[in-house]
Amino acid sequence: MLDMVTVVDVVLLALLSTTAVAILIMRHLFAVVALTGAFSLLSAGLLVTLDAVDVAFTEAAVGAGISTVLMLGTLALTRRRESRPPRLSPIGLLIITITGGALIYATPDMPKFGDPNAPSHQHIIPSYIKGSQDDIGIPNIVTSILASYRSFDTLGEVAVIFTAGMGVIILLGRRREDEHGYSEDGAAYPLKDKNKPKINDETST
Amino acid sequence: MLIAATVALLIAMALTLFRAVAGPSLFDRVLSANSFGTKIVLLIGLLGFLTERPEFLDIALLYALVNFVGTIAILKFFRYRNLGLSSDEIANREDN
Repeated sequence: MLDMVTVVDVVLLALLSTTAVAILIMRHLFAVVALTGAFSLLSAGLLVTLDAVDVAFTEAAVGAGISTVLMLGTLALTRRRESRPPRLSPIGLLIITITGGALIYATPDMPKFGDPNAPSHQHIIPSYIKGSQDDIGIPNIVTSILASYRSFDTLGEVAVIFTAGMGVIILLGRRREDEHGYSEDGAAYPLKDKNKPKINDETST
Repeated sequence: MLIAATVALLIAMALTLFRAVAGPSLFDRVLSANSFGTKIVLLIGLLGFLTERPEFLDIALLYALVNFVGTIAILKFFRYRNLGLSSDEIANREDN
């Protein structure tokens, strides 16, 4: 009897590559957006079968949630069909084939999935696992690594995310408007003004 | 039983994906993208029970929520051809 998780893995990977090829071939950008949503949900499913639940969370939230919205927003500003790409350059194709071949050639040298003797599990992790209970006293080893052994690293990450969030708020945050619909600096059009230029006037009827 | 359900779900996913690729109209594609998300949610739930860790069900719930955001955005895009409208502007357009 085949291991069911393996079957699920194989089928998910097959669907993933089908989606990728379809995205490449399609010229209708709306269909491409729908398919990229399906693509990232598929890869999130694959990450769940690999037990990388936190990565899968991020993939689903960013890939399927936010990216779909962002790409649709872009689609509202551009044309709905992709223009014909320029002709394939043979040198680029050659370079990509060689690089891809080298990567595939290197794959069997990687340690097996979950191998306890893999170099990444031998370097400093054993001392973390042994010392965590005495050093920090938290039962969850992941938490003690993130919050104590690598706390400065985590602090830096939090600072980066905070800066990015502030940047987004400054760039995209709505201007405050008074009750007449004018923004504080008086530059924006009042909301109720019928002469306000609309980008997509013909679709609003 | 779980295995039969998983196999059926995988076949259904392949069929949905086919409709997303081939689907003649845009609405076929929206519908297939949406139901594809639903099937991933079901698959993650089933995987939890297959590997005897039913706590995966929480993740499936979160996926259901995320999937909803995408569908709402697609539908808003269809209706208004624009995602940046505030509720006031939408009310304006409904009046016209």
